[in-house]
Amino acid sequence: MPESYLDANDWFAPRHVGSSADEREAMLETIGVPSLDALIDEVIPASIRLSRPLTLPSPESEHQYLRRLTRVARRNKTFRSYIGLGYHDTITPSVILRMVFENPGWYTPYTPYQAEIAQGRLESLLNFQTMVSDLTGMEVANASLLDEATAAAEAMTLLHRVRTNKPQTTAALNGRSGESAPSVFLVSDRSFPQTIDVLRARAEPLDIDVRVAPIDGMTFDVADGAPPFGVLLQYPDEVGLVQDLRPFIDRAHEAGVLVAVGTDLLSLALLTPPGEMGADVVFGNSQRFGVPLGYGGPHAAFFATRTAHVRQMPGRIIGVSIDAHGHTAYRMALATREQHIRRERATSNICTAQALLANMAAMYGLYHGPDGLRAIAGRIHVLAAILERELGKLGLRQRNACYFDTLQVELANDVGALRQQALEAGINFRYIDDRTVGIALNETVDTTDIQDIVNVFAGALGKPAPDIDFTRPDAVAATVVAATVAGSLQASGEARGTVAGGLQASGIGRIPASLHRSTLFMTHPVFGTHRSETEMMRYIRHLERKDLGLDTSMIPLGSCTMKLNSATEMLPVTWEHFSRMHPFAPVEQAEGYAEIFRDLEAALCEITGFAAVSLQPNSGAQGEFAGLMVIRAYHRSCGEEHRDVVLIPASAHGTNPASAAMAGMRVVVVASAADGSVDVADLQRNTAEHRDRLACLMITYPSTHGVFEDDIRTICDIVHEHGGQVYMDGANMNAQVGLTSPASIGADVCHLNLHKTFAIPHGGGGPGMGPIGAATHLAPFLPGHPLVRTGGSHATHAVSAAPWGSASILLISHGYIRLLGAEGITSATTHAILGANYVKARLEPYYSVLYARANGRVAHELIFDLRRFKSAGIEEMDVAKRLMDYGFHAPTVSFPVAGTLMVEPTESEDKAELDRFCDAMIQIRREIDEVVSGRADRNDNPLKNAPHTAQAVSASEWTHPYSREQAAFPLPFVREKKFWPPVGRIDNPYGDRHLFCSCPAIETPVG
Amino acid sequence: MSYPDDRKYTKDHEWVRVSGSLAEIGITDYAQQQLGDVVYVELPDVGAQVAASQTFGSIESVKAVSELFAPMSGRVTEVNDHVRQHPEAVNADPHGTWIIKVDVSNPGEAAALLDSQQYQKLLA
Repeated sequence: MPESYLDANDWFAPRHVGSSADEREAMLETIGVPSLDALIDEVIPASIRLSRPLTLPSPESEHQYLRRLTRVARRNKTFRSYIGLGYHDTITPSVILRMVFENPGWYTPYTPYQAEIAQGRLESLLNFQTMVSDLTGMEVANASLLDEATAAAEAMTLLHRVRTNKPQTTAALNGRSGESAPSVFLVSDRSFPQTIDVLRARAEPLDIDVRVAPIDGMTFDVADGAPPFGVLLQYPDEVGLVQDLRPFIDRAHEAGVLVAVGTDLLSLALLTPPGEMGADVVFGNSQRFGVPLGYGGPHAAFFATRTAHVRQMPGRIIGVSIDAHGHTAYRMALATREQHIRRERATSNICTAQALLANMAAMYGLYHGPDGLRAIAGRIHVLAAILERELGKLGLRQRNACYFDTLQVELANDVGALRQQALEAGINFRYIDDRTVGIALNETVDTTDIQDIVNVFAGALGKPAPDIDFTRPDAVAATVVAATVAGSLQASGEARGTVAGGLQASGIGRIPASLHRSTLFMTHPVFGTHRSETEMMRYIRHLERKDLGLDTSMIPLGSCTMKLNSATEMLPVTWEHFSRMHPFAPVEQAEGYAEIFRDLEAALCEITGFAAVSLQPNSGAQGEFAGLMVIRAYHRSCGEEHRDVVLIPASAHGTNPASAAMAGMRVVVVASAADGSVDVADLQRNTAEHRDRLACLMITYPSTHGVFEDDIRTICDIVHEHGGQVYMDGANMNAQVGLTSPASIGADVCHLNLHKTFAIPHGGGGPGMGPIGAATHLAPFLPGHPLVRTGGSHATHAVSAAPWGSASILLISHGYIRLLGAEGITSATTHAILGANYVKARLEPYYSVLYARANGRVAHELIFDLRRFKSAGIEEMDVAKRLMDYGFHAPTVSFPVAGTLMVEPTESEDKAELDRFCDAMIQIRREIDEVVSGRADRNDNPLKNAPHTAQAVSASEWTHPYSREQAAFPLPFVREKKFWPPVGRIDNPYGDRHLFCSCPAIETPVG
Repeated sequence: MSYPDDRKYTKDHEWVRVSGSLAEIGITDYAQQQLGDVVYVELPDVGAQVAASQTFGSIESVKAVSELFAPMSGRVTEVNDHVRQHPEAVNADPHGTWIIKVDVSNPGEAAALLDSQQYQKLLA
């Protein structure tokens, strides 16, 4: 890369790729190939190799990149946005910004499947669930969804599953068997526009008829044989109006109609929560709890319901269980609801969620506590009331009789003059229609901002700007009352008064007594004990220390691509010019982002070989849904709407069948041949049988078995010949980039997990991004958005709330590609393949490898078969847990084959780390042999008792037949690198049988 | 574990013990072994009609879920609340733990089911 002595020194490629040239040569020698090129020739079939290197912009050094990006950032205009619609500027406490959002200890771990080494973020996610269920007044909450609009769609489908009102079948109507009449779902026309569009996207394939109407006068009549099964409301609504929903909800329930309510968590510090009004599901966005706007994300949506529906809830639920020593331990509960187990019958396709952002929101809740939240909400409300008063003095009418933070202001004339004045002042309002302006205030607003807003209105009206008197007694009184009431609530532990009541009594509040929140929330001690920055810093660090992330050791999770998430890629995400952009700000203010999107789309088109890319989907699973909807729209455009059969190999990710079910398609499973590849004969049988109804094949490549199948082109050809499309699951794209591509294998559309191949961190269970690439004939159908123009010429409905999904983290993938360039990004691929084949060469004498090409080569990951040890009582989970004692996270357990471990080393690990991992696996094999041979006890051995905690190893009593040293320090390198698992083996059945999903009572230390 | 002769078995690894018109239905030892620790059983309401070979509920372990298929048609007369509260009973004593009782509408359906020997042959 450096071309002269004066060229930059800080090139990224050698920082990203772990192995040095010497190490590479040593690894090739172990594998037994002369060169990396020779290895790649043996790994990837020649027929699908790219004919030329990728054409991408030249790489930039890290310093050059950051300098250029500073200039790009400045092309974004960070106006003060009072647009609302579910997104509000917020103050991220610096301690949370530094110690969570910008901290690899929090952003590099994986989803907490290995719960024993994920207790920190599990505890934090449990805080999130407790905070959400308390604030919403619901019984149980999950640990986050992707965004508010998709949470609304999940609410709709949950209500559909548990509905009591079912449409009469047409059989009953016309006397013959046939399809059901569509189920009707009512939606308030005061829901957010992006919510309504996503609801339509998700309802239509399931034959749910979404009817949007005003809630005043909404009836539940049995029209055309189809009583509505549910209704969705917004509280406060789209324009900021707060209405008492109780009479409506009571009426709905009397008619057998279930109710979902979208809400604003912060408002519920003052307002009666929807749960206390009888809602069946409450959902929303937790963004304004300290998570930057980021031009649309990432943020964590929340979802809460009644205990009766917990088994129908989508997404991850954190529950309390016990470990082998009887101590409290946390884990993900009720996994059987999810796609990786229930496949097309899952409650949802959601997999990656927004764990990092849910943790930030939870930490914000801890930092402020209930009284702090009341004070923040009370202050915003007071400022809104002052603004209303001042606008009233200018002769303007405010329409919302009751509001929390959002005013709806009527103008006598067109909003044009006001818009101009506002832009000049650097302010964005929401222009609801020609004469109506929405102003949503937030935590960052101060008296200067209020003065500026009033000045803008005065200017537009041609009136002199008034000098607002913020010292007026009513305002001061209100603030004091708010603080006092908040304090007394906290101190007395009972609801003697309310903040909203105090504000109203002072003459300034705009919330009637009937809607005052009178119940306590967040009363668990965890929400009151970390208020000083010192305590907050220590609590965050205390939790972080319990978790194993990439900052500790490699995470060899197959199919997850746990590569480096570099600091330079991450830095710009929190720069103000990227982080404080409202997703619905005028696009002219986001030219910096537009440039990033253009560059990234072009690069992803080049890498996939496709014509167009949509950056909207917020996760791989959402990309799958988006891709299937594009295929569906394409078939419809050809007059072939009956094509609804999706062929899916038996070894597919569970999200594939779950997404197909969401897209209204019928799943037909294609068998695997003995070598793990797709059984071509079975594929031919199925394509022939379903030739008239074939919609597509969903296939992962290289396969989920970690092999580049030779027949891939034949497979794609067969599907095309039968009128189907090929959807490629991009989970394993890290083995393709620069060497082959989805287009070269014959696919028509694919998603790319940017959080796998393109360096976005996993965040301990999200965020992620799943853009889709599409061939020319599918490009017109890429998803659009109701508020911002994006997508194809015949765009399908939005799949995410924001037009470019979690826009701010697209910066990470953009940086990854710009820093590496064509050569570097291809070198990442070859080194990922090198690493996997090196691990194979080292471990094959000890563990059998399940699948490889005929020449013995694997792609970027490989599967070790542990089933032969089962007769000795040793299972894959024992090996997974024992690896923790050696300081490693387990490989992927029992996917795609039960009884196996799948290892994906990635290019970022150097040879020394790969060797430590291999040494650990080899030593574990020796421990297994001890058990198999009978020298070690079948039940009391280091594998069965793993992981070993410091407490257990240092206890006065040690009864096991092996030494404490063998338990905790089984190899010399572990002494240097020891990671202590904070809890012993967790009792999973106990947790599911005794489901408990909020913060448990504080445990009294024994003895 | 032995598979008692006093009842019939299905290919879906359930057992049914008929006395008069009343049938007790449970899952076999093989089924509970395959599932692992049972954590949840979803059962129909008393009075519900079930049809032979159709699902009437589901049974879950920590990492698997399996449908329950009615071996015979009829009306549910009783569901085992003890199993609902303590699903681990199915692991501890699969053949002594009925899950639902059905008033069978067509006793002849039993003829199509497997006896103990045939079922064990299926497992072999």
